[in-house]
Amino acid sequence: MSIESGEAHRLLWQMVRIRRFEEKCAELYSAGHIRGFLHLYIGEEAIAAGALPELRADDSILGTYREHGHALARGVPAGAIMAEMFGKREGCSGGRGGSMHLFDVSRRFFGGNAIVGGALPLAVGFALAEQMRGTDRVVACFFGEGAMAEGEFHESANLAALWKLPVMFLCENNLYAMGTALGRSQSNVDLCEKAHGYGMRALSVDGMDVLEVRDAMRRAVASVRAGEGPIFVEFRTYRFRAHSMFDPELYRDKAEVAAWRQRCPIERFVRTALEREWLDDAGVAAIESEVAAEIDEAVAIAHAGTWEPLEALERDVYVRAPAAPAARA
Amino acid sequence: MSTTIRTTYREALRMGLRDALARDERAFLMGEDVAHYGGTYAVSKSLHGEFGEDRVRDTPLSESGFVGAGIGAAMNGMRPIVEVMTVNFSLLALDQIVNNAATLRHMSGGQIEVPVVIRMTTGAGRQLAAQHSHSLEVWYAHVPGLRVVAPATLADARGMLWTALQDPDPVVIFEHAMLLPMEGELDADAGAVDIDHAAVRRPGTQLSLITYGGSLHKCLEAAEVLAREGVDAEVLDLRTLRPLDVDAIVASVTKTRRALVVDEGWKTCSLAAEIMALIVEHAFYDLDAPLARVCSAEVPIPYPKHLEDAALPQVGRIVAAACEVLSR
Repeated sequence: MSIESGEAHRLLWQMVRIRRFEEKCAELYSAGHIRGFLHLYIGEEAIAAGALPELRADDSILGTYREHGHALARGVPAGAIMAEMFGKREGCSGGRGGSMHLFDVSRRFFGGNAIVGGALPLAVGFALAEQMRGTDRVVACFFGEGAMAEGEFHESANLAALWKLPVMFLCENNLYAMGTALGRSQSNVDLCEKAHGYGMRALSVDGMDVLEVRDAMRRAVASVRAGEGPIFVEFRTYRFRAHSMFDPELYRDKAEVAAWRQRCPIERFVRTALEREWLDDAGVAAIESEVAAEIDEAVAIAHAGTWEPLEALERDVYVRAPAAPAARA
Repeated sequence: MSTTIRTTYREALRMGLRDALARDERAFLMGEDVAHYGGTYAVSKSLHGEFGEDRVRDTPLSESGFVGAGIGAAMNGMRPIVEVMTVNFSLLALDQIVNNAATLRHMSGGQIEVPVVIRMTTGAGRQLAAQHSHSLEVWYAHVPGLRVVAPATLADARGMLWTALQDPDPVVIFEHAMLLPMEGELDADAGAVDIDHAAVRRPGTQLSLITYGGSLHKCLEAAEVLAREGVDAEVLDLRTLRPLDVDAIVASVTKTRRALVVDEGWKTCSLAAEIMALIVEHAFYDLDAPLARVCSAEVPIPYPKHLEDAALPQVGRIVAAACEVLSR
C-alpha cells in the first residue's frame, strides 16, 4: 500500500469534509432549514473518498438517495449542495430535487435516485452508449445492498454481463435495507456470488479502509476501462447514524453500532497516517479548520440563496414542443 | 402532383424506423425479438440485416432493465428507440418511465434531457385475452414529463417517429395492433409530421366524434353510416394524447355543439373522461346536448370473440350513442 503525503492529505480531507458537512446537515435539519428525507452517509465516507478520485472527469457516476458524500467527492461545490438541501434556486438541481436528488451534469454526476435499484438500468444504458461510441469511458453506479433484492439489479447485471458493458456495480453494503438486516432479506448473503451468477467479476473489500477502497477501485476501473466487461464490488461498511432523520433505530443493538464505530474510517486513517508519518498533528488540525471554513461558507451560500418564484412552478417539465422536421431532403 | 404508394400501417412504421436508423447514427432500436425474430408484429423485419446487431438489438425479457437502459443511453447522448411488445408488458417498466424518464429533467433543475422514444402496441381485437389486449394509454397520458402519441394513419405511422426523435423529452408511441395490416395510399415522399396537433379527419357540422388510434377508423365508418341518415358528423383524431390539443377539441365542439368521445380504454378515469372535462371547462355554454362517450366495458378483455367484440367500442354502438346525443 503506497501513498504519498499529498494523497494522504486529500483522502483525509475528503472524508472529514463529508463527515462535517453531514453533521452540519443534521443540525440544520433539526433547525428546520432542511426538510424532507435526509439520509446521512456518516461511517461510510471511506468509500466515496477512496473511490471517486479513481474515476476520470469524462466517466459517469450514478448514485442513490444517500449521495451527499459522492457529490462532494466528485467536486460538486459544497455551497451548491447545501443550497439544494435548502431547496434554493442556487442548488445543484435548482432546488427541485433536495437531498435525495443531487445532480451536476457538468461533472457527469447523474444523481441522486430515490427509487432503490432505479439507477441500475440507467447505468447499463450509459455504458451501452459508451460502448456503441467506442470510447474508453466507464460508468460507476453506487447502490446499497438493499437494491440487490430488486429485480432491476438482476436485469441490469444480466444485461451488463451479456453485452460486456463498461459499467461498475459498486455496492455499499451497510448491512441494513432501511431497518431490515441482510440476513432477513437475502437467501444468500454472499453478494459476490450473485454477481458471479451472471458471469461477472466480483470482489469484496473493507469499506471502512480508505486505502483498501482506493486500491480495489483503481484495479477495478483499469480492468473495466481496458474492456474486460462489468465488475461488481462489494464495500463492507456501516452507517453510524439512523437510516433517515425519522428512524428510531429499533432494529439494531447499540452495542453493534458501538463496535462498528470503533472502526471509524476517519479515526483509523488518522492513526495510520500519524504512525507512518504521512501526516502530522498540525496537518490534521489544519484539515479540520479548512473544512470548517468551507462548510460555514456553504451554509452562508444556502442561507443567502433565493426561492424560485411561484410563476416558475411548472418549469423544466418539457423543454419545448418539437417542430416537425422539414420534408425529406 | 405527388405520387403515392400502396402500403400498410406495419410497413409505414418500418419505413419510419429504417429512416431513423439511416439518418442518425445515434439512433438504435432495441427490444424483445426486434432483431432475429423480425419483431413480434414483424414491424422491424429485415432491419437487423440492414443495420446490424448493434443498432437493431435483441434484449432479454427484462422490460424494466432494457427500458431503463434506453433511458440511460438517451441521457448519455444516444437516440434509442425502445420497443416494448405490448402496453400490458410495459407495466413492468413503469417505474423507469414514470420515476426516471418523466422526472429527471425537473428533478435536476433542467440539466438532464431524456430523448428516448418508447414504442409499444396497444389494443384488443385479436382474441388475446386480458393480458395482451388492454388500452392503457391514459396511464402514460397522466404523467407530466411524457409526450404520448398514437398514430392512426399511414402518414402518422410513417412520420411521427421522426419528429419524436427530435424531442429532447421522452415520447411514448402507441401503435394499435389491429391497424398493423391496414392498407392504404401513402405519399411517396411522406416524411415527418407534427406531434402536437389533433387532425380533423372528416369535417362535419352537427356532431364531433373525438377519438384516437384504433378507434379512429370505427368513428370514420360510423360517420359514414350517420351521413346516410342525414347527420353530418366531424371526426377529430387526437393524435397526441399528452399534451392534448385543447384548442382543436374546443374548436370542433364550438362548431358542432355536440360531442361524443370514443376511447378504447375503460370508461372510469379514462382519456374520454379528461376530454369531456376539458369540453365542460372550455365550451360548456356552446353545447346543445349532454356529452357522451363510448369506451370499453369495465371488464378485463375476455377471450371469446363475441364477448371481446361486446367489450369494445364498435361502429354500431358509436352510431347508437351519436343518435342519442342528437336525440334522433
